[in-house]
Amino acid sequence: MSGAKHHDYHLVNPSVWPLIGSLAAMVMFFGLVMYMHDDYFGGVGKWVLGLGFMGVIATFFSWWSDVINEAHAGDHTPVVQLHLRYGMILFIASEVMFFVGWFWAWFDFSLFPVPIEYAEGAVTSMFGQEGAEAITMWPPKGIEVIDPFSLPLLNTLILLCSGTTITWAHHALIHGDREGLKKGLWLTIILGVIFSMIQAYEYAHAPWGFGQSNYSSAFYMATGFHGFHVLVGTIFLIVCLVRTYKGHFTPKQHFGFEAAAWYWHFVDVVWLFLFIIVYVWGGWGAPVAAH
Amino acid sequence: MTDIAATAPAHGHADHAHDDHDHDTPGFFVRWFMSTNHKDIGTLYLIFAIVAGIVGGVISGMMRWELAEPGIQYLTGWAQFFDPAASEVQGKHFWNVMITAHGLIMVFFMVMPAMIGGFGNWFVPLMIGAPDMAFPRMNNVSFWLTFVAFVMLVGSMFVPGGSGLGAGTGWTVYAPLSTSGSAGPAVDMAIFSLHLAGAASILGAINFITTIFNMRAPGMTIHKMPLFVWSVLVTAFLLLLALPVLAAAITMLLTDRNFGTTFYDAAGGGDPVLYQHLFWFFGHPEVYIMILPGFGIVSQIISTFSKKPVFGYLGMAYAMVAIGVVGFIVWAHHMFTVGMSVNLKMYFTAATMVIAVPTGIKIFSWIATMWGGSMSFKTPMVWSLGFIFMFTVGGVTGVVLANGGVDTNLHDTYYVVAHFHYVLSLGAVFSLFAGFYYWFPKMSGRMYNEFLGQLHFWIFFIGVNVLFFPQHFLGQQGMPRRYPDYPDAYAYWHLISSYGYVIMAVGVLIFFVNILWSLAAGKKAADNPWGEGATTLEWTLSSPPPFHQFNELPRIA
Repeated sequence: MSGAKHHDYHLVNPSVWPLIGSLAAMVMFFGLVMYMHDDYFGGVGKWVLGLGFMGVIATFFSWWSDVINEAHAGDHTPVVQLHLRYGMILFIASEVMFFVGWFWAWFDFSLFPVPIEYAEGAVTSMFGQEGAEAITMWPPKGIEVIDPFSLPLLNTLILLCSGTTITWAHHALIHGDREGLKKGLWLTIILGVIFSMIQAYEYAHAPWGFGQSNYSSAFYMATGFHGFHVLVGTIFLIVCLVRTYKGHFTPKQHFGFEAAAWYWHFVDVVWLFLFIIVYVWGGWGAPVAAH
Repeated sequence: MTDIAATAPAHGHADHAHDDHDHDTPGFFVRWFMSTNHKDIGTLYLIFAIVAGIVGGVISGMMRWELAEPGIQYLTGWAQFFDPAASEVQGKHFWNVMITAHGLIMVFFMVMPAMIGGFGNWFVPLMIGAPDMAFPRMNNVSFWLTFVAFVMLVGSMFVPGGSGLGAGTGWTVYAPLSTSGSAGPAVDMAIFSLHLAGAASILGAINFITTIFNMRAPGMTIHKMPLFVWSVLVTAFLLLLALPVLAAAITMLLTDRNFGTTFYDAAGGGDPVLYQHLFWFFGHPEVYIMILPGFGIVSQIISTFSKKPVFGYLGMAYAMVAIGVVGFIVWAHHMFTVGMSVNLKMYFTAATMVIAVPTGIKIFSWIATMWGGSMSFKTPMVWSLGFIFMFTVGGVTGVVLANGGVDTNLHDTYYVVAHFHYVLSLGAVFSLFAGFYYWFPKMSGRMYNEFLGQLHFWIFFIGVNVLFFPQHFLGQQGMPRRYPDYPDAYAYWHLISSYGYVIMAVGVLIFFVNILWSLAAGKKAADNPWGEGATTLEWTLSSPPPFHQFNELPRIA
């Protein structure tokens, strides 16, 4: 029953990247385990981790290069493009649920505060002790918060602004304005990089370390995973910019660009929730740290 | 345009095939290690699930062996197999490692790969009249990520995990046992194993949802899809939305363990119960992930062997949707004893009982499908009937356990163990065997041996009931789960239970004999060996189907 196919679906050629990528992911995670237990594994963990990481990156690069080549070869018929849209939307939906987990932790801690006190990098708990009620509050007693209406507000404006520049780029692309596309992408990427730099500055000057308290744990992991997604989104946009210079994308077919834009908007929306729930509401009433 | 399969792979350095006697299929390495073919990937998943099932099954056999009589007989010796200097404490730790490995392997590496990866991959495209999955290459990464996740989990048994080698946290990985209670790399490896398996399942879920929404043959509307396709669709949504929350939860475990965060550490203001909430927000949908595809399989089989369409098709489809939706808002019934308020317990009791309604619709409709039908009791059908009976038993004990007040007594006893093994080992696994016998002729092109199939069913049926029914009694008498030793008062039913394992194991051996014999010497299977009752599209194809089917899309009237 071989012979011509009479449908528009894309029957993908066999590919070695799923196998290599999975093995690389395993090496990467095992390297991370080794790195976290250097005393047991003798200090080579970071090399294994690096090797696995490079394997994963190489897989992403090669796999998606194949996808782009297939798109140029005409494999991405309208129905296949629809698949890609569904795939990206569903992927973003799963990402949303990932952040639900981190917000869940934040709400658990903030809505049901416990009697702990933070002072000079150490936390003391007064569970079940005299006077526990007096220090039961959120943020925990002794925590000075980052002023939400300083750098975090600026970062909010930067991300919102980047949401408009990516839309500018999209409209320019649709109308065949390649220069506008490049400008919009450049601006979006620059805004994304500025955002990341401001986040790094904020982390470096935060009044508390990474671990120690429930406040700093939830703060760093929630904003940190958002920051990681900003980096991924920025790289995605840079790939789109490179592809633009190489002459990719047409006004009718440019799903790679659209996926990057969707992802960027998703990252933007997560930030809005972080800003409102973690920075503004979650720090309400606490003393503000001086920079 | 030429047939895609006949063209050389884009990265052909791995092609070890010297000759090309079959122009449709690629060489061995390309076919099985670089596959983009849903049927081949489904086969890989099934083989993988069988191997993992043997590993998980041997572990449960070791557990029943140790539990056959009071006292600790074998654990230290088994621990010494991994570490010759192992003491009795390490032997007891090895018990915890076994219960952990058995749970994780059976859930993540046997039931899920077999149901969704195996039968889902094989038959969703065939049933909707599609040539393949929407993302054939991503399909393969789901398989290989599952494979490496299994390697990580097995590897964790060889590195320190607290008081001995391996992760001994239970499949739920509760903090603080999994954080401050388990030093060493084993638990970190188990966590990453779950990350990898979770990523594999999320990608698989994206693939199935896209395939089912976009690749149905012309004329096959959503309300004409076979119920198995419906079941995989609902399951895929549960996977997509539940697994990322687990990923966040176990990432918090990881940072608590290694980087000084205090998500679950009360000394830093954290909350160990937070882990339980996050885990069961995933964990409860997970139990439906394991059973819903089984519902779909059984619906197809009951209809086929009653020679009638399924009774109340739309009700059956939307009952699964309802189970999926309500399954997201009942999670804390796994945690009735952590100190919840009475109001919260009342809510979770009531919400849990609501699930009995759509489940009852399904049981009723299966029976109504058979009512007045022209039934034949072929092996897949007897497994499906066994499924309905046994799953109902497990469902009824589920309603008992749903009561927050009753559960205060039964929580973490063998009653719970009996309950979830009735819905899984006698529910999900029965549906897997049913599906395997039902589709074996289609997948392999050979008929299985009917006598051995029936023998397998009866021995297995008797075995698992002897194995698990006494555990209700043990639980009601207060035998706690996850213990390797017990007072003499529990000895009688524990011994009976262990005898049940042996009977069941004989049944599994007959299953393997049947597969091997049938693959080698089974009768050639017709395109549709089941006759007019089998109306779904896979029976319109040859047995086994061509490497690429539906080059001409079928049209559904």
